[in-house]
Amino acid sequence: MIPLEHYLYISAALFSLGVFGVLTRRNAVNVLMSIELIFNSANINLVAFSRFVEGALGGQVFALLVIVIAACEAAVALAIVMSLYRVMKNVNLDEAAELKG
Amino acid sequence: MESMAAAAIFYGVAALVLGSALYVVVGKNLVHSAFALVAAFFGVAVFYVYLGADFLAGAQVLIYVGGILTLLLFGVMLTNRIYNLNLRSGAVQVVPGALSAGLVFALLVWIIQSVDWGAMDAGDPGPTSESIGRLLVGDYLLPFEIASVLLLIALMGAAMLVRRRGRPS
Repeated sequence: MIPLEHYLYISAALFSLGVFGVLTRRNAVNVLMSIELIFNSANINLVAFSRFVEGALGGQVFALLVIVIAACEAAVALAIVMSLYRVMKNVNLDEAAELKG
Repeated sequence: MESMAAAAIFYGVAALVLGSALYVVVGKNLVHSAFALVAAFFGVAVFYVYLGADFLAGAQVLIYVGGILTLLLFGVMLTNRIYNLNLRSGAVQVVPGALSAGLVFALLVWIIQSVDWGAMDAGDPGPTSESIGRLLVGDYLLPFEIASVLLLIALMGAAMLVRRRGRPS
């Protein structure tokens, strides 16, 4: 059987990769993909703890709600990216600095 | 013998997930990144199967691979000119980014190693869809309703944001 710690290590690695992507990618859609990786790493943790604590299905319900909220986030964020593309003609985040004083 | 095969498959899937996640964050081609994300999501669904979360594994494939990823691919296609066949995504601040991510990883590993989780495998819970359904309309009714309203608001907000203005509807 796979011990709990191995799930946590995988989740930590996935989280760090997501953080790296959010910090370094220029394309807004690619940043969204990295955010989805972070969501998934959090979900692995929730489901793993739900398995390793006796009789606790709450973690799985929580993970289900996280998936729903990730869907909301993707829809709204992509709508914002579309609006940004209409104004800027590209979606490079480092060029979207119009509000900078 | 059977458990060894199961462990081998688990670590193979873990390598697949981390490899495709790495490609998502360093790959040059946006469409290839999106398809690497498919592999990562499927691998996470396999983890859910290993953890005995059958309903969540199905939901992961349906919602992430079927929904969110299609949405992201639409995003890639609609935010690039159609004749621009090499959809590139550059990177900025690679060294500070790698340092921060490495620091986060080191911190997480340190925490995981220093805490005594005292975790015991509670065993395979069996089919979970019925208990999750009962929990959603019982103990977790309020979060469920809030998530439903949030989903509705997000749909309306997204539709409003992408609508072209200045044109009679």
